[in-house]
Amino acid sequence: MEFLEALRDPDVPFLRYALLVGLLASVAFGIMGTYVVARRISYIAGAISHSILGGLGAAFFFRVRFGLEWLHPLHGAVAAALLSAVIIGLVTLYGREREDTVIGIVWVLGMSIGLIFIAKTPGYVDLTSYLFGNILLISKSDLWLVAGLDVVVVALAALFHNQLLAVCFDEEFARLRGVRVEFYYMLLLCLTALTVVLLVSVVGIVLVIALLTLPAAAAAGFSRRLWHMMALGVVFCMVFTTAGLACSYTLELPSGPTIILFAVPVYLAGAAYGRRRAS
Amino acid sequence: MPDNPIITFQNVSFSYNGAPVLQNASFGVGERDLVCVIGPNGGGKTTLLKLILGLLRPGEGEVRVFGESPGRARRRIGYMPQHIRYDPQFPVTALEIVLMGRLGRRAAGPYSKQDRVIALRALEEMDMADFAGRLLSELSGGQRQRVLIARALACQPGLLLLDEPTANVDAAVEAKLFTTLRRINERMAVMMATHDLGFVSEIVEHVICVNRTLAIHPTSDITGEVIREIYGGDVRMVRHDHRCSEEGHEHHGIS
Repeated sequence: MEFLEALRDPDVPFLRYALLVGLLASVAFGIMGTYVVARRISYIAGAISHSILGGLGAAFFFRVRFGLEWLHPLHGAVAAALLSAVIIGLVTLYGREREDTVIGIVWVLGMSIGLIFIAKTPGYVDLTSYLFGNILLISKSDLWLVAGLDVVVVALAALFHNQLLAVCFDEEFARLRGVRVEFYYMLLLCLTALTVVLLVSVVGIVLVIALLTLPAAAAAGFSRRLWHMMALGVVFCMVFTTAGLACSYTLELPSGPTIILFAVPVYLAGAAYGRRRAS
Repeated sequence: MPDNPIITFQNVSFSYNGAPVLQNASFGVGERDLVCVIGPNGGGKTTLLKLILGLLRPGEGEVRVFGESPGRARRRIGYMPQHIRYDPQFPVTALEIVLMGRLGRRAAGPYSKQDRVIALRALEEMDMADFAGRLLSELSGGQRQRVLIARALACQPGLLLLDEPTANVDAAVEAKLFTTLRRINERMAVMMATHDLGFVSEIVEHVICVNRTLAIHPTSDITGEVIREIYGGDVRMVRHDHRCSEEGHEHHGIS
């Protein structure tokens, strides 16, 4: 297998990094994807992931323009994702505006800011890499950042599982039991935001939302419990990223779209199986 | 007013965007009372329950529950909402739903062993112990309702508050529910909103009749004619001395 040899090849470290990032991130994706699917907030997750471009662009601009070597594009991505999550969270919790309109605004505003910063950054920036992923961009330091965020997401999701489940299932009842519903809803959105950032370099901001929802949605067809859905979602996500990377390397295809093309048939199979079981 | 009321409403009014839902309501519920709230749809039954839970605030007047503000007292209330609001595809089991009644006792981490024991006991009390591992989507309407009552019981409340417990339930199940609620009533106050009047007249001593304004009647005062007027349909009790209508509540004085 060409892919397995390449993984051992010291000259192509980026492939190892990409695979490791994919496997690590899958844990967070399976868990948070399940909450996103169960709570039906994939539209919010979509807005958060697209707005990341604003952070990426800004970080890129300031790094190049002012020589801030320590400023990594992923730092900007984390900041933008969290900021969008907080804005959307506040609007959906307390705002009187139409929430779908505001979510749409966060979506396009983030992208617009990103595109303007990228246009004003001296030198050439490959926009496609950010939109659709490019594993060549992954460095060793990314690996550490992803691992760190992964630990944060998984630890918080595990610690507050009961509260998050209750808030997703029946917000009003949770509130009556003294659960701080607003806090956990915000936590849910912020953890979703951090999760989305994990795989931005592998699949890009446009496609990352698919990888957040597809493994969990596919798992839903085969699962009876929320935690089954999470566990199976993690496995599916690992399989999709590994198979997608192997295929994209061997056939010289872009990694992001290849990964997504592995996920969709499995989702369809899960949906069909779930429907048959229910009838 | 009962001697030691756990719920008191004093001249409570509430309106949604200027439209009055409840006007000048005053009543009290004692600690072992079994009370029904009846009235037509949109007459203010759910509003009344939400005022007790502190989910809504009265425009005028005062609501006290266990001598406190509703917001503070809500932890001592076991509440069963109408199950229609739930996403039936949500992958959650009956036991997991009942365990939610144990929330709010710990800041984080899993449920304790004691929480599980209490949740299972609540399921048993509602005859749903065999269904503990069933998914929400695998339960019938009546079974879902019993799971939600079990969740309210798992709160170990001093007041059980039920919104339409007999919706989607057939006569046999209803009779059983009636026995169960009576047994539960031996250790806590039970208050339920319902439009099922046959159920009401069989088990309840007092009804609170809400149709914008509010009146309390002994069940024996609720008449068939009156009920037919409000709801249409058949009715089991007949006695002619009271009217509940759009205009309010008036007594004819025939008893």
